[in-house]
Amino acid sequence: MTIFRRSEFIIAVILIAAMILIGLINPAFWSLDNLFGLLRSNVIIGIMALGVLVVMISGGIDVSFTAFAAAAMYLTVKIMVYYGYEGVALPFLAATVIGLVLGAMNAFFIHTFRMIPLIVTLGTGSVVRGLLLGLVGTSIVNIDKMPPQLIAFGKTNLMNSVSATGTNFGLTAMILVYAGLALVTHLFLRYTMIGRSIFAYGGAPEAAKRVGFDTRKTLLFVYCFAGALAGFAGLLQSAMIWQANPRDFGGLELDVIAAVVLGGASIFGGRGSVVGTLLGVFMLVMVKNSLIIMKVDTTWQRVVVGLIIIIATALTAWRDRKKIV
Amino acid sequence: MSEYLLELRNIVKRFGGLVALDNVSLALKPGEIHCLAGENGSGKSTIIKIMSGVYTPTEGEILIDGKPLGNFTPAQSVQQGIQVIYQDFSLFGNLTVAENLALNTLLLEGRKTVDWSRVRELATKALARLGVTMDLDAEVESLPTSGKQIVAIARAMMADARLIIMDEPTTALTRPEVDALFRIVRDIQSQGIAVLFVSHKMREMLEISERLTVFRNGRKVAEGPIGEFNEAAITRAMTGHDLTDQTYTWEKRGDEPPRLKIDKLSIPGVLQDIDLSLQPGEIVGLSGLIGSGRTELALALFGMNPSFTGKVEIDGKPVHPRSVQEAVAAGLAYVPEDRLSEGLFLTQSIERNMLATSFDKFVRGLFIDRKRADAATSGMFDAMQIAAPGPHTPVNHLSGGNAQRVVLARWLLTGARLLILNGPTVGVDVGSKAQIHRKIRELASQDGLAVLMISDDVPELVQNCNRVIVMHRGAFVGEVAGDQLSEDELNDRLKALK
Repeated sequence: MTIFRRSEFIIAVILIAAMILIGLINPAFWSLDNLFGLLRSNVIIGIMALGVLVVMISGGIDVSFTAFAAAAMYLTVKIMVYYGYEGVALPFLAATVIGLVLGAMNAFFIHTFRMIPLIVTLGTGSVVRGLLLGLVGTSIVNIDKMPPQLIAFGKTNLMNSVSATGTNFGLTAMILVYAGLALVTHLFLRYTMIGRSIFAYGGAPEAAKRVGFDTRKTLLFVYCFAGALAGFAGLLQSAMIWQANPRDFGGLELDVIAAVVLGGASIFGGRGSVVGTLLGVFMLVMVKNSLIIMKVDTTWQRVVVGLIIIIATALTAWRDRKKIV
Repeated sequence: MSEYLLELRNIVKRFGGLVALDNVSLALKPGEIHCLAGENGSGKSTIIKIMSGVYTPTEGEILIDGKPLGNFTPAQSVQQGIQVIYQDFSLFGNLTVAENLALNTLLLEGRKTVDWSRVRELATKALARLGVTMDLDAEVESLPTSGKQIVAIARAMMADARLIIMDEPTTALTRPEVDALFRIVRDIQSQGIAVLFVSHKMREMLEISERLTVFRNGRKVAEGPIGEFNEAAITRAMTGHDLTDQTYTWEKRGDEPPRLKIDKLSIPGVLQDIDLSLQPGEIVGLSGLIGSGRTELALALFGMNPSFTGKVEIDGKPVHPRSVQEAVAAGLAYVPEDRLSEGLFLTQSIERNMLATSFDKFVRGLFIDRKRADAATSGMFDAMQIAAPGPHTPVNHLSGGNAQRVVLARWLLTGARLLILNGPTVGVDVGSKAQIHRKIRELASQDGLAVLMISDDVPELVQNCNRVIVMHRGAFVGEVAGDQLSEDELNDRLKALK
C-alpha cells in the first residue's frame, strides 16, 4: 500500500506546486470566488471519474459514459417536462437507473463475447448518442422549460458571499454530493469483497477466476457502476446549468480519463485510488480553468488535455514497469 | 478407511479422436511426497486437471479416502483438500502478500466485506505454518520468484489442503532457493499433507520424492519407490531410449584469431575488468549465482548496454555494439533467458519467427525473395528436427523444447559466429534438451561456432562446455576446464561463493 500512498503523495505535491505557480502568475487564483468556482467545476467530471476509475482498476476502459450521461439526462428531463413532474429524488433515481441499464449492456458484450472494452464502449456510446438524437430529439430544453425544482436543487449553496466586484457567489452544495459518492466509492473498493474482486480481476483476470471470484458479477458491477454514476452526473449537470442539451458531454470522456490517469490509476488495471482520482480531477479542472483565465484559446486546451493524458500515462506506465524489473 | 488419500483408477481421457490418457492409474498416500515425471505431452497436465476437477475423465474412477466420487468438480476437489499450484502461481501481483493469502479464505467463507485486521491475522498464521517471515504489506509483484512461490504454497495450505500439487515448481529457482523450497515441502509433509511434484528435473525428483510415477505418451510406464530409480532409469522411462551424455572436448586447430576477445570490460557497479578469449568451436560455460553479472555481460556484448568501457574484438576486429542491430551485424547472436516473452512472436508462424532477424539477407530490391527464404527456413526446420506439421505452424502450438529450437534457428540464419545462450533449456523436457545440446555441440565442432553458455544447470554446463567460468559479483573468480570439469567440482565452487 505504500506505493499507492506514494503515488498520491507525489500527485498532491505536484498539485500544490502547480497551485502556487498559477497563483504567482495570476493572484486572482486564490480568491474565494475562483476557488469556489473551481470546486463547482469538479463535481460533474469528478462523479464521472469515480465510475471510470472503477472501470480502469478492473483493467478496462469506458468511453461510452458521456453518451449514457446525455441519454439519462435528456430522457429524464423530457419526461419530467412532458408530465409536468415536480420532484427531485425520483428523477435522479430514474437517470441513475437508465445509466445503470446502459452500463449493463457494456458488461454483457464485454463478458459474453470477450470483446475489448474500448471497442465495445466506442460502439455502445455511438449507438446510444445516435438513438438519442435520432429518436428522442435534438432540441435543447432551456431554462424557461426546465423543471423549476431541478433548477432550485442545483442552485443550493452551502454558503454565500459577495465578491470584491460586487457579484454574489457561493459554494455549491453539490460538492457534498460529490464528496459523499467519493467516500462511498472508496469504502466500497476497500472494504467489500466485490470491490477487492475488481482489483483482483484488474491484476490477473485468470487468477481471479481460479480463486473463485464470480468475474461475470465483477464485470457487470463495474460497468453498471460507471453507467449509473454517469446517468446521475448527467442529470445533476442539467440541474446545475439549467438546461438539457442532448449533445452535451461530447468529448468530455477525454477529460475524465485524463483526470483518472493523472490520479495515478494504471491503464493496465489493478491500480488506482479514489483519493488519487479526486486529486487528478482537481488538477485537470484547475489547469483548464487557468488556461481560460489566461485567455488561452479553447482549441489549445485540447492540446493541453491530450498532453496531460500522454504524460500521465507515460509516468504511470513507467512506474508500473519499474516495479516489475 | 483406505490406505490412499486419492486414487485414480483406469482413467481414460479422450479429446475428440486424441487419447491424452490411456488407462492410467495413480494412487497417492496421505503425507507422501510423490513425483510425477514425463516429457511435454505425456499427459501430466491432463492428469492434474482431472485431479483438480477441471476435466472429467472419459472413463475410469476417482476415489477419495477409498470412496468413489461420481461427478468430480473443481469445487469438490478444493473441498476434498486438493490444491494445485500452477507454474504462474495464479497470484495477484498488484495486491499485498497479506491480501493474496487471505482472499481464498474470505471467499470460501462467503464474506461480503473485508476486515483488514483479520486479513493480516490470516496471513500471519499462514506464513507461520510454513515457518517463514515476510513483509505482509509488500506487493507480490515486488517479490522474487521464490517469494511468490512461498505465498502460493502458504495460500494453498490455508484451504485445509491434504494434497498440494505443484507444477514444475523448481523451474525458475536457483539452487539455494530450491533447497529452501525442499525444506518447506518436508515441513508440509510433517504436517501430514501429501505433495505431488510434477516435474521433469530428475536430479531434484531423486532428492525429494519418496515415490515416482513416470508417464509417456499418455501411459504410465514406470512406478515405484524412488530407491528403485536412478537418473538413467528415469530418462529411459521418460523418453523410451537411453540418452548418451558424453562431455564436449575441444582442440585448438590452426592459428585462427580468437572469435571473441574481451579486454577489461567494465560497467561501474555491475562488471569489473572482465577478460575473456573465446576460440572458434569452443563452448564456454558461465556459471554463478543470480545477480553475478552473467546476464549483464551478455547484454553488454549484445548492444543492449553500450555504456561499458573496455575493448571487445570479434575475429580480431574491434567492435563496440551500441544497438542490437550493430551486434547482429558484428556476428553475435543472443538467445534470452525467457524465450517466450523476449524471443518469440507467439502467434506468428515458425517460418516468420525464424526469419525475424534476417529478413535483410533475403531481400531483393524492395521485396523478399520468397524462394530463397522458404528454402532457408525449410532447411532449418528439418535440420532442427522441429516437431510440427510444417514451417507455417504458429509458434504457440509448439512445446517448450521446439520453441527453443525455433529461436536457435533464427540466430543461426543470421550467420552468427558467436552464440550467447542464456539458460538454453530452462523449462525444456529431457528429450528435447538432449537434442538441443547435441545441436549446439554439432554447430560448435563442425561449423566452428563459438558459444557462450550461461546456465544454472550444472549438469548442462559440465556436459556441453569445454570449460566453465565462475562469475561472482561482476567479476570472473575461477575457471574449471578439461579433466577437472565435473559436477562435484563445479558445485563445490558455487557453494564456496557467498
